[in-house]
Amino acid sequence: MSGDIVVIAEHRDGAILDPTYELLGRARSLAAASGGEAIAVLLGSGVAGLAGSLGAAARVIVVDGPGLASFSPTAYQAALVPLVREREPALVLIANSGSGMDVAAGLSAALDLPLAAYAIDLTIDAGGPLATCQLYAGKIQAKVRFAGGRGIVTAVAGSFPAEAGMGPGSPVIETVAPAATDDRIRFVDLLRPEAGDVDITRESVLVSVGRGIGEQENIELVEALAAALGGAVSSSRPIADLGWLPRTRQVGKSGLKVKPRVYLALGISGAPEHLEGMRGAELIIAVNSDARAPIFSVAHYGVVADLLDVVPALTARVGG
Amino acid sequence: MDYVVLLKQVPDLAEELEIDADGTGLDREWLSFVASEWDEYALEEALLLRDQGHGGTVTCLALGVETGDVDELLATCLARGADRVIKVGSFEAPPDSHTAAAAFADALAHVHYDLILTGVQAIDDLDGQVGPLLATRLDLPHVSVVTHIALAHHHTTVTVHQEYAGGIVAEFEATLPAVLGVQTSRETPRYAPVSRIRQLMKTATIEAMAGGGGAGSGLVIEAMAIPETGSTAEMISGNPQAIAERIAAILAERGIGTAVAR
Repeated sequence: MSGDIVVIAEHRDGAILDPTYELLGRARSLAAASGGEAIAVLLGSGVAGLAGSLGAAARVIVVDGPGLASFSPTAYQAALVPLVREREPALVLIANSGSGMDVAAGLSAALDLPLAAYAIDLTIDAGGPLATCQLYAGKIQAKVRFAGGRGIVTAVAGSFPAEAGMGPGSPVIETVAPAATDDRIRFVDLLRPEAGDVDITRESVLVSVGRGIGEQENIELVEALAAALGGAVSSSRPIADLGWLPRTRQVGKSGLKVKPRVYLALGISGAPEHLEGMRGAELIIAVNSDARAPIFSVAHYGVVADLLDVVPALTARVGG
Repeated sequence: MDYVVLLKQVPDLAEELEIDADGTGLDREWLSFVASEWDEYALEEALLLRDQGHGGTVTCLALGVETGDVDELLATCLARGADRVIKVGSFEAPPDSHTAAAAFADALAHVHYDLILTGVQAIDDLDGQVGPLLATRLDLPHVSVVTHIALAHHHTTVTVHQEYAGGIVAEFEATLPAVLGVQTSRETPRYAPVSRIRQLMKTATIEAMAGGGGAGSGLVIEAMAIPETGSTAEMISGNPQAIAERIAAILAERGIGTAVAR
C-alpha cells in the first residue's frame, strides 16, 4: 500500500470538469498527510494535452486508447481495475456524478475495496482516512473509516473548493495504454439541452418550487410571485419529472447550477442533489413545512410554514 | 425478454429520524418504511418495456429484511403487474449494499434475465449503489443514472441515456444482459389499490431463495448524527402576513420587489 491519493479525472469537450479540481485540491492536502503523491488519472484518446490542466497533481497518469475516446462504464472499469490494483493507492477519489457512480461502485466490487459514497468531507488523521457522508437525503451524516485503511470515496460536487486544485505545476506525466478493454457499453452520442424560454442561470431572482407545491395548478401562485419580484420560476427535480415545469427550469445535480442574488426555495426539502445546484446563491430564503428539512442548513432565512399560505401573502405585499 | 427488478424499502423521510443509543445507526424502533422511490421507477420501466411490445416476464426480487414489510413490497409489485416475486435471504436489519449485491447475485444464479433494473441509488446506500456492485459480481455491463430505456427489436442490445450535470445526457448502447440504475421512469409509477395488495398478501405466491452474506461493506461507521439544520438560517415566524412583511423587507434591502410595490 502506498500513501498515494488518486483522483479519477472527468472531462468533457476538451476541458476538465470542476468536481475533478475540487477532488484534486483535497487530494493535495490528503497526500501531504499520508506521505504519498496526489495522482490524477486521465482516461481518453489523444488527451495528453489535457494533462497540463492538472498541474495541481504531483503526477498525471494518462491512460490513452481509442476505446476511451468517450466515457463508457465498461471501458473505464476495464482500464482502471488493473491500474488501481497495481498502484495500491491509499484513496481513490471520484466525483459523485453520473459516470462517477458507475466507476466507483464498479471498482469497489472488482477490487474488493470499500466505498464511502456521498462524501462531503474527507480527512486523514492518526486513524487513517475519515469520510463524512450524507445519508437519508441529507438528513443524517455518517463518519466512516475503511476497515483495511484504504478505499474509494465518491464526493458530492461542491464539497471542496475547486481553486485549490487549479494551481499551476509541473507534474510528472506518465502515458500508458489501457491494460484491458471492454466494449460491452458503447458511447453513441452526447445530447445537450435545448435552450429554454428563460435561462435560469442568468436570472438574479429565482422563485424555486419543489414537491411542497402539491398541485400543478399551484404553479400559478409562484409564477405570480416571480413576476412581482421581477424574477423567474425554477424547480427541483420532481416538478420537472412531473412535467409541471420544463426541464430547462430544473436546478440541481442533473439540472442547472445557479447563482442568483436571491433564491427563494419553496417547498423544497433540500436533498443533496438539489443543494449542489443552488448553494452558491447570494441569499437563500427557504419556506418548508418540515422544520428539519435540510434546505434550512444552507438557507440564510428560514420559514417553517406551508408555502401556499406564505406565497400569496408575499405576492400581495411586494406586488400590491 | 426477461426483466429482473431489484427493490427495497427505506425509512419514510416524512417521519423524524433518530439516532440509536450507539450513535452509529438509526433508531429503528418507530421507523416506518416505504418503497425506495428509484426502485419504483425501475419497476415501472420494466412493466412498460414488457407491455410495449417486447413481451417476456418481470420478476421482482427483494431481500427478506425483518424491518418494514417486504411481503407488502412484493405484493405491491404483483398488484402493479409483475409476473413473479422472490424474497431473497434473511436479514434482521437492512444490509449494506455490498451484502445486498452478494445476496442478489446468489439468487440470480437461479433466475433467467436479459435486463436487470434497479433504482440508481437509495437514501441509505452509504457504501455505494447496488446496481454496479451486483453487475460487477455477475460480470455484466452496467449504466447508472439512466432514463429513456429503448430495447433493440432483436433484443440483444439496449439504448439508454445517462444524465450528467447541466442537463447534458450521454446515449449509450449496451450489450445484453446488462444492469441499469434507473433515475426516473417515462410515466409516474402506476397505482395499485391497497385492497388488491392486501388480498395478494394473503393469496399470492411469494417465492423464497437463499442469498448469502458476502464479506460486507468494509466500512466502519464511527458515528451518525443529525446535522444541525437552521444553525445558520435566521428563522422567521408569525402569521403569513407577518412573514411576508419580513421577507419583503429583506428583499427590499437588496432593491428587489420594491419597484413594483411602491
